Amino acid sequence: MSQSSEVVVRVENLKKWFPLRRGLSDIIFRRPRRYVKAVDGVSFEIRKGEIFALAGESGCGKTTTGRTILRLIEPTGGKVEFLGRDVTKLDKKEMKEFLRRKAQIIFQDPYESLNPRKTVEDIVGEPLEVHGLVDTKAEKREVVSKYLEEVGLTPPEDFIFRFPHELSGGQRQRVAIARALVLEPEFIVADEPVSMLDMSIRASILNLMLDLRDKRGLSYLFITHDLATAKYVADRLAIMYLGKIVEIGPAVEVIDNPLHPYTQALISAVPVPDPRHKIGDIPIKGEVPSPIDIPPGCRFHPRCVKAFEPCDKEVPELREIEPNHFVACHLY
Amino acid sequence: MPVLDVDDLTMYYEIPFRGFVRAVDGISFSLEKGESLGIVGESGCGKSSLAITLMRLLPKNARIIKGRVILDGINIYELPEDRLRKEIRWKRISMVFQGAMNALHPIIKVGDQIVEAIMLHEDVSKEEAWKRAGDLLELVGIDRSRLDNYPFEFSGGMRQRAMIAMALALNPDVLLADEPTTALDVIVQAQILKLIKDLQRKFGISLILISHDVSVIAEMSDKVAVMYAGKFQEFGSAFDVFLNPLHPYTKGLLSGVPSVKGKPRRLKSIPGAPPNLLNPPKGCRFAPRCPFAKEKCFEEEPDLVEIEDKHYVRCHFAEELREVPWDVSE
Repeated sequence: MSQSSEVVVRVENLKKWFPLRRGLSDIIFRRPRRYVKAVDGVSFEIRKGEIFALAGESGCGKTTTGRTILRLIEPTGGKVEFLGRDVTKLDKKEMKEFLRRKAQIIFQDPYESLNPRKTVEDIVGEPLEVHGLVDTKAEKREVVSKYLEEVGLTPPEDFIFRFPHELSGGQRQRVAIARALVLEPEFIVADEPVSMLDMSIRASILNLMLDLRDKRGLSYLFITHDLATAKYVADRLAIMYLGKIVEIGPAVEVIDNPLHPYTQALISAVPVPDPRHKIGDIPIKGEVPSPIDIPPGCRFHPRCVKAFEPCDKEVPELREIEPNHFVACHLY
Repeated sequence: MPVLDVDDLTMYYEIPFRGFVRAVDGISFSLEKGESLGIVGESGCGKSSLAITLMRLLPKNARIIKGRVILDGINIYELPEDRLRKEIRWKRISMVFQGAMNALHPIIKVGDQIVEAIMLHEDVSKEEAWKRAGDLLELVGIDRSRLDNYPFEFSGGMRQRAMIAMALALNPDVLLADEPTTALDVIVQAQILKLIKDLQRKFGISLILISHDVSVIAEMSDKVAVMYAGKFQEFGSAFDVFLNPLHPYTKGLLSGVPSVKGKPRRLKSIPGAPPNLLNPPKGCRFAPRCPFAKEKCFEEEPDLVEIEDKHYVRCHFAEELREVPWDVSE
């Protein structure tokens, strides 16, 4: 792959706790405030030109992590370094001139993330205007056309006057990617960018994202619930469970040789497009507990089929079990 | 004799002053006892319209143009509505549909809802129905004490299990499952699919599973139909369709699906978008997106032809293209 060793994003012990509303009786009896610990101490690095996938089931905190890195949500604790600067300490002016220009996001649903009353030209051109990068309409059109071409909406003249409802799902997601690209960012958070799209066009959007990485040296945080997609696009992969990373390593390695019992369960549950493969029993117990009452010790232990002595008491740390392959589990 | 025999079934939606949306257009298949048929297709291909046509649960603007649905020897379109409701639906064919877990009544106990379904169809006492409802919950892996719970006390996966229990309450011959796991997380999805498979084997139910997810269909089906623009484009055993696809659309669809198994290969997509079924293209409906299309494809509609033993393909050039892989430049 084409990534170098230069670190673009460094996340250290990132936390996002959402406070719960306290009822009258909580106040009278002075019960402590309770929190939904959506992200509870997450650390990783993304290097230049790298696609880093964050995968897990709904509610595991993967989307909150992505948004907190971009400060679309303010973190409760921890540090996010982007291009060497601490994002959590930026003031308003630096936010606009630095973070909002150099980092962008692509959302899951291209039916909701594009303003239905604006044309493609206005949607893609808006960031240019916000940042004062174009002076005239002609200039804006020229830049917008260039990026539409880059995302495969050709010829651009056919698209600039269209409204989102006149585009297919795949075309809309291309518009969203073009909008993310116009400011020439270094880093893009892609939050489930293909899960709302039809099977037959998912590959073309994934390939576009891969090609843009190769061409521009872009770095991505790719958030997905689909491990097959993660294996296809990602260089490295982290598996999240209840707000913590349980396993992290080279994507192919994590999927072909999962070490954490949760990752093993998750991968055995993924359907395979081959009739010779049949789903067996999934090695897992019970259901995901509430992120308000996180189990003590290893938070996966009540569901783990391999849990033993220390699991309900000691929190396992992420340790390097194989080269570049880290697992938070007492088994190793 | 097959349990279900569908012959040339054609259902259009009437749009006043504009014509007809050809959602289900000449569908034929039969289903033996205990067999599972997977119907796979993209959104808008007509697969859910086919499901409601098979159940005769049609909206007001739906028109049955022609065709028959014969279930256990009975043509369901010749029965009066009350007999259909009493004797066919739920009893002989039942359905678990997309987002079914949100179909439970929010302020009625789960047990009472299952009891209601049983007592509407069978002449049994409330006590006996309640006991059967408990057996059904246990069958799908939920403790019978949960009969007293309200739906909000169940997780999404449990609600979907309860809906499956309800669908099986009257021992139907055919279970129609339309995207039964689409809104669920992957572990719960696998557990529900396995449950459906186990129950199907245990009771010899014939299963029709509808999904956009090629991998789910591959895991679950004996036979597979690939649907596109209101028609079956390819039909055969799961092994034939997945391991030896002959229709260009099937080849394209399978080339774009990533897998957790094996080495990643460059995925390929299908250019363009499905046609508007209000004005479907003349000739082959896939021709405008097909890289192999020739003049004939735009002129003449191909039939669903048996190319190999029990492997049907709707393509003029299926034989010539047999060895040609899907390859499009992007």
